[in-house]
Amino acid sequence: MISLKVNGRKHDIDLSPDVPLVWVIREHLKLTGTKYACGKGLCGSCTVHIEGKAVRSCQTSVGDAAGKDITTIEGIPEGHPLKKMWVKEQVAQCGYCQPGQIMQAAELLSGDKNPSDEAIVRAMDGNLCRCGTYPRIKSAIRLAAKEGGK
Amino acid sequence: MSSSITRRTFLKAAGFTIAIAITPSGYTILSAKELEEAKNKGFSPSVWLRIMPDNTVVITVNKSEMGQGVYTSLPMIIADELEAGWKQVKFEVAPAADGYKDPVWGAQATGGSSSIRHMYEPLRKAGAAAREMLVTAAAGVWNVPAADCEASQGTVKHSAGKRTITYGELVEPASALDLPKNPSLKKESQFRLIGTAVPRLDLLEKTDGTAKFGIDVLVPDLLYATVARPNAFGAKVEAVHDAMAQKIKGVRKIVQIDGGVAFCADTIEAAWQAKKSTHIVWGKGTDPDLSNESLAKSFEEHLSKDGIIARKEGDVQNALASAAVKLDSRYYLPYLAHATMEPMNCTAHVQTDRCDIWVPTQNQTGTLMTAKKITGLNPEQIHVHTAYLGGGFGRRFEQDFVEEAVQTAKAVGRPVKVIWTREEDFQYDYYRPGNLSRIQAALDDKGNPTAWSHKIVCPSIFARVFPDTMKKGIDNAAVEGLSNLEYDVPNVSVEYVRIDTPVPVGFWRSVGSSHNAFTVETFIDELAHQAKKDPLRFRLDLLKKHPRAQRVLELAAEKAGWGKPPEKGIGRGIAYHLSFDSYVAQVAEVSVDRTSGAIKVHRIVCAVDCGPLINTDTIKAQMMGGIVMGLSSALKESISFGRGKVLTENFDHYDLLRMSETPEIEVHIVKSDAKFGGIGEPGVPPAAPAVANALFNLTGVRLRSLPMKPETVLKALKASV
Repeated sequence: MISLKVNGRKHDIDLSPDVPLVWVIREHLKLTGTKYACGKGLCGSCTVHIEGKAVRSCQTSVGDAAGKDITTIEGIPEGHPLKKMWVKEQVAQCGYCQPGQIMQAAELLSGDKNPSDEAIVRAMDGNLCRCGTYPRIKSAIRLAAKEGGK
Repeated sequence: MSSSITRRTFLKAAGFTIAIAITPSGYTILSAKELEEAKNKGFSPSVWLRIMPDNTVVITVNKSEMGQGVYTSLPMIIADELEAGWKQVKFEVAPAADGYKDPVWGAQATGGSSSIRHMYEPLRKAGAAAREMLVTAAAGVWNVPAADCEASQGTVKHSAGKRTITYGELVEPASALDLPKNPSLKKESQFRLIGTAVPRLDLLEKTDGTAKFGIDVLVPDLLYATVARPNAFGAKVEAVHDAMAQKIKGVRKIVQIDGGVAFCADTIEAAWQAKKSTHIVWGKGTDPDLSNESLAKSFEEHLSKDGIIARKEGDVQNALASAAVKLDSRYYLPYLAHATMEPMNCTAHVQTDRCDIWVPTQNQTGTLMTAKKITGLNPEQIHVHTAYLGGGFGRRFEQDFVEEAVQTAKAVGRPVKVIWTREEDFQYDYYRPGNLSRIQAALDDKGNPTAWSHKIVCPSIFARVFPDTMKKGIDNAAVEGLSNLEYDVPNVSVEYVRIDTPVPVGFWRSVGSSHNAFTVETFIDELAHQAKKDPLRFRLDLLKKHPRAQRVLELAAEKAGWGKPPEKGIGRGIAYHLSFDSYVAQVAEVSVDRTSGAIKVHRIVCAVDCGPLINTDTIKAQMMGGIVMGLSSALKESISFGRGKVLTENFDHYDLLRMSETPEIEVHIVKSDAKFGGIGEPGVPPAAPAVANALFNLTGVRLRSLPMKPETVLKALKASV
């Protein structure tokens, strides 16, 4: 039995500890906001926070995540500056990669309240978006930093 | 129960409805009253618009949402004519049904940058008809002339009587009315939504993780499946040794289907484990030696074959023979993957009298037909639930993933979700065709082109997808942008050589324009250079009969500061292309790292003329996204073949453009009175040639194949010294 703490809620699941966390979150816990896209840590779509750090949940086994504080997109509170600015900037197109983008951006802003453009690009470069929403992601993060600083 | 009470209860649930029936000659708009009669006449109309007693306006969208904002732009059209308040509006996704077919195509599908172009007129008329009926109903309630009443923001007003009534309150009287024969459409000056930047209705759920994509579908009693597909093109299953897999906990069924072997289990991880533990013996593929080299050789060989003449004006051979200056170039472009962020997937449940399919599809009619063929059920028994598409770009027009899921579900008798891995998504795509062009042109002594001979070797998409469109054996996609080349050259010939290879090909965002814009716009740049003319001036002079083309070129050039020298170390290039009835010009500013050969694109200035505008923010977003995809293919993308199959497996060998590589992008919209143009695809084609031309401007190096990877650029730079 593996005990997971996701968005403050405890779940006990009976499965092998080597299953990638992304599938456990999505298919077992039904928190489908976290996306599978590459399975190799190459695209960032599955990004979640473990103990506040952005990790690729496709590269993390459920065993390794057991007992730790896991936050998914569903755990980002309503009214979070990133969510607000994502809507204001009309970032999403197909929307598939956006939860991962937001989770990555949330980690950035938790450590750097006023990131430079270079810092934004450095933090976000591992997250792919086939629709090409990067310019709007960048401006949404800038605005969220401003909003968060208020 | 009196009939009036029954009717009231019914209206409370159904609201005031407007339906559309798709007929062989187009479409008919129907009132609630006419809906039943039409059904009896054998039409299958569907309800597109419902006004509920609580004043909500529910608009059904018959097109798939894959990023292009169609769940907002189509409702905008109805809502504007209806004079609804935007806050009242909700969208609903259409099921697959005859009444939701595209009236131009007679099929329910999304593609060809056509959603607005095909739906604008019927949706406006439906909205206008409903508005007039609501006004008439209000006039009836107040017993005043309808001419004294006016619809405004979800209400009808009677100014003389200072009275207002909401649409919701008019559900009952409006439902009893006949449909107006010729509802008057708004004048452009009366539009409130059309032509503005309306926020997307799907943005919130795409931000907080609640949007349900196909891969997110969860239904009771669900099994997961993975499919083992051929290990080379054309290989067939000869034997399946699955004794070990059968013993794995949670494995339910291993079944052979047309596309391979499906492994069904309680969890996706058990299904994968089963696949890994099974030894499948595959027969020989169609071409076990297929490789990058063998394909390149085959394209070369086909170039010397006679093709089919797709266009012929004047006498090209004669003009070439007598020319003062001749140019002869070859362009070789790779096969590309769609690489939608959401890998292919489909969930299906086949029962004796019903089939449900939950799928991110661009092709509802195709899905219905696929399921009908496999299950033998009637279309009425097949329910297609279109989920959000995590990217489409043409890939989700195909039926392979539907076929797998329905066949597997039929075999197991439980709902099955088939999930593709990224590796499978790369290896079993319908690729953007690779292609080879040879262009010969002649210039007279004043530097004016006198001949343009264009021969393209390209696999055919249409031969498989729409064989009926193959007139004289010509694939219109393959010669897109060539058969309608706008440059004024007196002698032109376009020749198409079809090449059939085992590699499946399909629609990829902007289709033939995705490659032909590169060859044409790079070659015209070569000609300008040869003629010692400014590349912008050279184009403008040859486009005197095409003022819209001139306008976008001029605007992009002006905004980019064309004519003023760029900063040191920066090269500038320009390109334009007409596709899907929209004109797009782009100016690229690039620099190059001379030690690594890496191109950096600093800025793209884009001008677009797509005719009338619906959602201006969507237009900008689609241009921006198209440019990023165009740059991605220009700089990074190519599929690799070997041992009779695709070798490319994941983003480590097929990386997409990343944020650090994305330039500043400016989009300028030209408002014109021309007919509607599409917006989903036309942003892609000019990006690659604009960059290649900028590289030439900076370094004198002319690249005639893609992608422009650092090693390729470096090699060319070294060769040029």
